[in-house]
Amino acid sequence: MTRLTLRDLTCRFGTFTAVDGVNLALEQGEFVSLLGPSGCGKTTTLRMIAGLLDPTEGTIEMDGQLISSPASALPPEKRNMSMIFQSYAIWPNMTVAQNVGFGLEVRRLPRREIDAKVRQILDVVRMAHLRDRYPAELSGGQQQRVALARAIVVQPAVLLLDEPLSNLDANLREEMRYEIRRLHDEFHITTVYVTHDQAEAMVTSDRIAVMNQGRIEQVDEPRALYARPRTRFVAGFIGRTNFLDGEVRGEEVVFDHFSIKLSRFADPATLCGRVSFSLRPQSIHLHRQPAAASGDTCVIAGHVVQRAYLGEHWDYAVRPRESALQLRVTARPHEVFAVDEPVWLELDPRQMAHIV
Amino acid sequence: MSTAAEARSYRLRWRHLDKSLFVWVLLIGVLLVLVINPLARLLWASFQDGETGALTLGNYAVAYGRWRYLEALGNSLVLGVAVAALCTVFGVPMAWAVSRTDMPGKGLVWAAILGTFIMPSYLGAVAWILLAGPNAGWLNRAWMALTGTAAGPLDVYTMSGLVLIVACYSFPYMFVFTRSALDLISSEMEEAAATLGAGVVRTTLRVTLPLTLPAILGAFIVEFLEAIALFGAPALIALPGRFQVMTTMLWQFFEFPPKVEVAAAYAMPLLVITVVLFWLQRRIIARKGFVALTGKGGERRPLRLGAWRWPMLGYCLFVTSLSFFLPMLVVLHAAFAKAWGRGVALDNVTLHNLKFVLFDQSTTQAATIHTFVYGGTSAAFALGLALAIAYIVHRRLVPFGGTLSYIAMAPFVIPGIVLAIGFYAAYTTRPLVLYGTAWILILAFTTRFLPIAYANSDAAIRSVNPELEDAVRILGGSRRLAMRRVLAPLLKRGLAGAFILVFIPATRELSSAIFLYTTGTQVLSVLLFDKSDEGNFEILSSIGLILVVITVVLVMLGFRLVGRDFMLKRTTA
Repeated sequence: MTRLTLRDLTCRFGTFTAVDGVNLALEQGEFVSLLGPSGCGKTTTLRMIAGLLDPTEGTIEMDGQLISSPASALPPEKRNMSMIFQSYAIWPNMTVAQNVGFGLEVRRLPRREIDAKVRQILDVVRMAHLRDRYPAELSGGQQQRVALARAIVVQPAVLLLDEPLSNLDANLREEMRYEIRRLHDEFHITTVYVTHDQAEAMVTSDRIAVMNQGRIEQVDEPRALYARPRTRFVAGFIGRTNFLDGEVRGEEVVFDHFSIKLSRFADPATLCGRVSFSLRPQSIHLHRQPAAASGDTCVIAGHVVQRAYLGEHWDYAVRPRESALQLRVTARPHEVFAVDEPVWLELDPRQMAHIV
Repeated sequence: MSTAAEARSYRLRWRHLDKSLFVWVLLIGVLLVLVINPLARLLWASFQDGETGALTLGNYAVAYGRWRYLEALGNSLVLGVAVAALCTVFGVPMAWAVSRTDMPGKGLVWAAILGTFIMPSYLGAVAWILLAGPNAGWLNRAWMALTGTAAGPLDVYTMSGLVLIVACYSFPYMFVFTRSALDLISSEMEEAAATLGAGVVRTTLRVTLPLTLPAILGAFIVEFLEAIALFGAPALIALPGRFQVMTTMLWQFFEFPPKVEVAAAYAMPLLVITVVLFWLQRRIIARKGFVALTGKGGERRPLRLGAWRWPMLGYCLFVTSLSFFLPMLVVLHAAFAKAWGRGVALDNVTLHNLKFVLFDQSTTQAATIHTFVYGGTSAAFALGLALAIAYIVHRRLVPFGGTLSYIAMAPFVIPGIVLAIGFYAAYTTRPLVLYGTAWILILAFTTRFLPIAYANSDAAIRSVNPELEDAVRILGGSRRLAMRRVLAPLLKRGLAGAFILVFIPATRELSSAIFLYTTGTQVLSVLLFDKSDEGNFEILSSIGLILVVITVVLVMLGFRLVGRDFMLKRTTA
């Protein structure tokens, strides 16, 4: 069942278009991330879903009911959502328990029930021992947990998270990613998660919507997004990559001083004219000898231009013979090549993602 | 669209509508009554014939048709420039000494400047009459006793006397402006000059002072405007001295029968000058390129003055003696004296004056109560209104929020006396007759001090992250609940300070009260001015002392709530 539907959602501030015709549908219980660089419109989209901002064009529906349109919008307090803010927005004048119980109080639950639910959720986020503290006495990670507990305890129809981890230090951030996913697996609340950090999005999400300049570039599961980016922006934003520009000539795709047979590519029928591909650095392998090219891969001669040892792997920059192109290659620690050493690059055309 | 669908769409919109919108619309209405209407009526009245109500330029012809009236205008300009210049001489060296040097006794100087702030300028004028009244004044008598001459050299009832008095009670602005600018200059800038071989004097003149110049210029303008808009001290000094300034002239237009239309026309240049100069002051202060006002100060080390420490302290104490120590002394003496002219003697001491003011006479007793009630009510009104406006502006609840905040700040550039004429013009006739009631005073005070309340409310609202309220709403709480449960508890402390900041000037306000009071609605400041005709300086001093005590109590309350810089910080500009 579809819980939330954004249709041609647009938001302009004066002449600036922050969100530009966004379409997105979330199934009940689904976890979707809005991922993009700062200023791409992801937070604006989230605030429109929350009802804190009205769209200039387009609509938002929840369970088939119109909740936002340019003509009118349901106030946030009537949407049965909850949100976690970048600043956490923990009320400094209330204790942890008062913060968490607030939404239940607003819903006029009996005192006993509120206490029970608050105790239960504080156990879930491992904050039970701090229930009577004031927010000023908590660390950043603890405040984050209070914010999570406060948002989840009301069992909202939709949970919204606005860069919730951006104010935490690196270790804590990694821990909280898994925490957020764990809570989702436990409560199955339909969730929209805004972040600029791809690792966060990949750990937490069922699907990721990559946004750029107010538009959604691609919505896909994390693996598909990484393996099959459809645009240059998505390929460059998710992980590191090499861009290869070529042209289809007859049965071959011609690149800068090397070419690959068209039939080797994953979807040769879709290729024609000028074409671009994204090729991940770990999809290229280096060899000292011209490896016997199997049916799937092809081999190109070149030499190492630059190298860096990063402990977990080697980072090479390799130039195919006579080409101006520089390809980044990730190799395992024992695969050692010297700068200027001639090498053979083995690459699998089926792993080259055709991008527009 | 069919009618049924239309009705459904309206129902949907109504369900979606944020109902608190109506409250905001109401507030805008209140703002119109308080700020726009008086100003509009003032302008309108200046073009209206007093008897027939027809449009005319006659009021302007009358207001500027006489040499006497023009001379008063000229006197005001002279007063303004002279006061601003003297304030610079008083305030800048003191600010430099307190902020940048190792001068001893900074705490004492600081306290004396706070004391100066606390003394209303009209009380200062009374004190200076006691000090430098021709022949009878303390300073003149001391001079005569020392030199054996028959006449003292000082006469306070002159333009120079007036300049000195007004400067004494407005130089704290210069001090505060300059000091906050100096506080922002990092010592590293001075040390950079020192490493290049510049001495203390050269560094100060070439680096430090130029960096504070925008602040000093801005303060100069404020001092000028303060001086030309002042009513109390000029009325106490200029009228007996047989010369006029604009404000005293305006007052005379109100002598029976009041010529409101002429007064309105005569007040226009005052209004125009004020608006233009404040605009200029903002421009000067906002000018880029002066790190002094943009950067946060780095580490600061005081300059060593060496032997010059003591002359510097001497200068500070000299200025504060003129503004605070001597006047306070003579006021205290007179308030507890049977007859102030008899000097200091044990048999001259009495509590009768204070008892008379506080308990024996019903008018003075009523005035004391009025002072508290009007001041408190208007402070509460101003703060409530300012807070609501700041809120709807910051949360963008209505379009044209910027205009609203402009209107709320507008009274800042309206001299109290001009505002009072506007209120008189707007609310002595139907549909809304307030003249003769306490309301006209309360509302005029509310308007007059709305900018102070607004500047504080604005800062307070700014300090609260709007996400704290969004969090309430997304969890199902209304905007009202967000205000009650989150905003109000967070703002409580800061707003108590703001309340006192409005309450203090409201208890001593004279220039607007003098046009709007009637026999049943006197306040202490008006009473003090009224009684000055009788020449009973013991009673005047007692009334003044009561005002000072009220202020001191409020300031101390403010210290407890907000901290030391509570009054001497810059809340506006």
